Amino acid sequence: MEYEPVIGLEVHAQMLTYSKIFCGCSTTFGEGPNSQTCPVCQGMPGVLPVLNKKVVEFAMKMSLATSCRINPECVFARKNYFYPDLPKGYQISQYALPLAEFGYVDIELNGGNKRIGITRIHMEEDAGKLVHDEHNPSSYVDLNRTGVPLIEIVSEPDIRSAEEAAAYLRRIHEILVYLEVCDGNMEQGSFRCDANVSLRPRGAEAFGIRAELKNMNSFRNVQRALEYEIKRQQYVLEGGGEVVQETRLWDDTQGVTHSMRGKEEAHDYRYFPDPDLVPIQVSDAWIDEIRRTLPELPLEKRERFLREYGIPAYDAGVLTASRALADYYEAVVKLSGKPKAASNWVMGDILRFLNEDRRDIRDCPISAESLAEMIVLIEDGTISGKIAKEVSEEMYRSGKPPRVVIEEKGLVQITDEGALEKTIETVMAANPAQLEQFRSGKDKVFGFFVGQVMKATQGKANPQLVNDLLKKMLPGT
Amino acid sequence: MKITKDEVAHVAHLARLEFDVEETEKFTSQLNDILLYMEKLNEADTTGMEPMTHAIAQKNAFREDAVLPSLPIREALSNAPDPKGEFFRVPKVIE
Ligand SMILES: [Zn+2]
Repeated sequence: MEYEPVIGLEVHAQMLTYSKIFCGCSTTFGEGPNSQTCPVCQGMPGVLPVLNKKVVEFAMKMSLATSCRINPECVFARKNYFYPDLPKGYQISQYALPLAEFGYVDIELNGGNKRIGITRIHMEEDAGKLVHDEHNPSSYVDLNRTGVPLIEIVSEPDIRSAEEAAAYLRRIHEILVYLEVCDGNMEQGSFRCDANVSLRPRGAEAFGIRAELKNMNSFRNVQRALEYEIKRQQYVLEGGGEVVQETRLWDDTQGVTHSMRGKEEAHDYRYFPDPDLVPIQVSDAWIDEIRRTLPELPLEKRERFLREYGIPAYDAGVLTASRALADYYEAVVKLSGKPKAASNWVMGDILRFLNEDRRDIRDCPISAESLAEMIVLIEDGTISGKIAKEVSEEMYRSGKPPRVVIEEKGLVQITDEGALEKTIETVMAANPAQLEQFRSGKDKVFGFFVGQVMKATQGKANPQLVNDLLKKMLPGT
Repeated sequence: MKITKDEVAHVAHLARLEFDVEETEKFTSQLNDILLYMEKLNEADTTGMEPMTHAIAQKNAFREDAVLPSLPIREALSNAPDPKGEFFRVPKVIE
């Protein structure tokens, strides 16, 4: 029987605030253990959590950017369970009345676009971090992360393959980072993903029994884990067995998922509204205010780049991968008036330089002004495209503008006909054998002469002019 | 009966409470009385009423996103029965 995977994803994204969601403790990553806690986030009796307004605003931005409907009123709820990383014995989250619902994003696949529904987006606090002792039966608790603001983005079970899941995640990640509400750092846990996976016979309506996958900390691992889990469930079903509803952990080194037994009975969270936190009312005026702050989103930008600059879809995709890169490219286009040349240079040399040094475009030593100036210098014939490669390398190394580099290295293109004619005469005189070959009909030798002239001018001769002059001079008369 | 002994035992387990047989019976009967009393609320006509989640009418109590000093580590750990270095120490939990 042919099976069809049904996948839903839950993304946890850390909101990029300075302070925690319900107290003033810092959210800075990597500080000493337990150095960023207070009575509120430690869950001492008698304290009162107060909601960080920025968290609501950031969550609203993401909701609007994914076409969700923001509920006019939402509340926080307590999710009750015991775990040493949760000092209060409950996590403050949202349950029956989340911030936003009924959204979607469009993902690009080889076979065209697909719309993935978003069930809900809600706000919650993160838990602490556990470090397990390798040698002793102890675990160590760091509560710095406790109370760090998160949003959870829950997708509809619209995803049908590991590949679609990866495309969806990339889209959500890209939007969050574009909005500047999340730094998107997966290694530090600012962007995490769990997946619900089940199989059903192709064409069937009803869903199969699902497993929940956790512990996948990169896009690649999400895809690998889903591919593995789909195969595993298929194997179970084809063998006449039943998939067990359970949580499974992805094991990156072994490339398999393991059952996480024993925690199932704990899934009785007894949610109830948190009496410490009053309801949040979101007016239309507030929504409009937030909507006005939304930047152009990646997909919109991509489409505009195709339309306005006439560059290939692939280029538009690369250039809009981050807001900073897109801004850089657009600045170069604006200053040079050459969208295609700008795209070639940014996609080629600039990104290659930056990738080699693992540098961000914001730290690029070649400013948009300098790159644009260089493109203009190529266009007006001051330097050849070949020399420009040398110039750009020096610009990247020194941060100097192109005119300075060209002057210092004496790289201005030779366009003086008289001077070039003299060089060609010298070259012809120095290579009588090749000249003889050419004149007896061996056209291929033409390239040899071009090379010799370029060599004699250290690559500075205008190639078109060299071609024209050689055509005139080589045949003799 | 509004609640069974099994349900009381289940809730006790979720709350990490241990009851002996007598206690379980006592609490089952007490909880039953409380739930029966709550039944009275069902007699009120709530047609057209929005369910309320809070007893006060206030909404939107916010703070600005500003960092305040946290506790010094020694104070942060001062209630811990068995700290180690800068950490709380707990019996090993394996996921
Ligand atoms: Zn705190």
